Amino acid sequence: MKSSVIIFPGSNCDRDMDVALKKFGFKNQMVWHNDKSIPKSDLIVLPGGFSYGDYLRCGSIAAKSNIIKSVVDFANSGGLVLGICNGFQILTETGLLPGILQQNKYLNFICKNVFVKINDKENKYFKNSKKDILELHIAHNEGNYFCSDVELKSLEDNNQIAVKYCNKDGLESDEYNPNGALKNIAGIFNKDKNILGMMPHPERMIDSYLSGEDGSLFFKNLLGNLKQ
Amino acid sequence: MKVKVIITLKNGVLDPQGKAIQQTLNGMGYNNVNEIRQGKYFDIEIDEKNETKAKDKVEEMCKKLLANLVIEDYKII
Repeated sequence: MKSSVIIFPGSNCDRDMDVALKKFGFKNQMVWHNDKSIPKSDLIVLPGGFSYGDYLRCGSIAAKSNIIKSVVDFANSGGLVLGICNGFQILTETGLLPGILQQNKYLNFICKNVFVKINDKENKYFKNSKKDILELHIAHNEGNYFCSDVELKSLEDNNQIAVKYCNKDGLESDEYNPNGALKNIAGIFNKDKNILGMMPHPERMIDSYLSGEDGSLFFKNLLGNLKQ
Repeated sequence: MKVKVIITLKNGVLDPQGKAIQQTLNGMGYNNVNEIRQGKYFDIEIDEKNETKAKDKVEEMCKKLLANLVIEDYKII
């Protein structure tokens, strides 16, 4: 399986993502934001970081970069696009995913491990997942998901909410909502569920010594589902 | 000509920064400040002599890039 990680000026999780994808068997290639096309891929990843210094709004400048048209075409033709953290912000700014990531409710940059509950398994990302609750890492200042009531209803009706913040037992409440996100939303799909944007970083949880291995589960599962 | 744009958060959208600034001003003794909403201001120099045409172009820019209409409103002045 081939994957491509797009690098924007200010991306800083691109190398981690490259290491993670390769560790689990993807043939990964790095693609520069100024390129006009993306090599043949089964998965495109928009990594975390601070593309274009978070100027104007997080992800807003990256959403107009040269490479984005190819990403949008790939996504619209059913290709898998994964946006992590700043990648999620870019996906909302392109309009591929609804809503926006606002500044965290208490104005603090949050960097810690959290638990998220998988809300939908009828998709390539989480189908056959052995776990329902994953421990992943978050590091962001703008992760407070917001959308209109109409968009929220549509997300819920179509099972587009991918992962929600919770405690280790799966309890979703304000107490376990790190950033004030609407309905504890940590990640969402588009209607066809080929596009996933989420704030937590699975690529930071792939080593049993350094972190945990719930990110490993995510990548192994994704690769397994792609091979089916 | 010059076109000015003000971007504000829509009513009902939380503005934690505005709230923090308001509380700071209250703490400094400005007790009559009840609410602050923070926004953005753009000064745009555009190569166009016709005012209507210039403002139409800027409106397009607002919709495409300068504002995110999920949470923000724009005003061209």
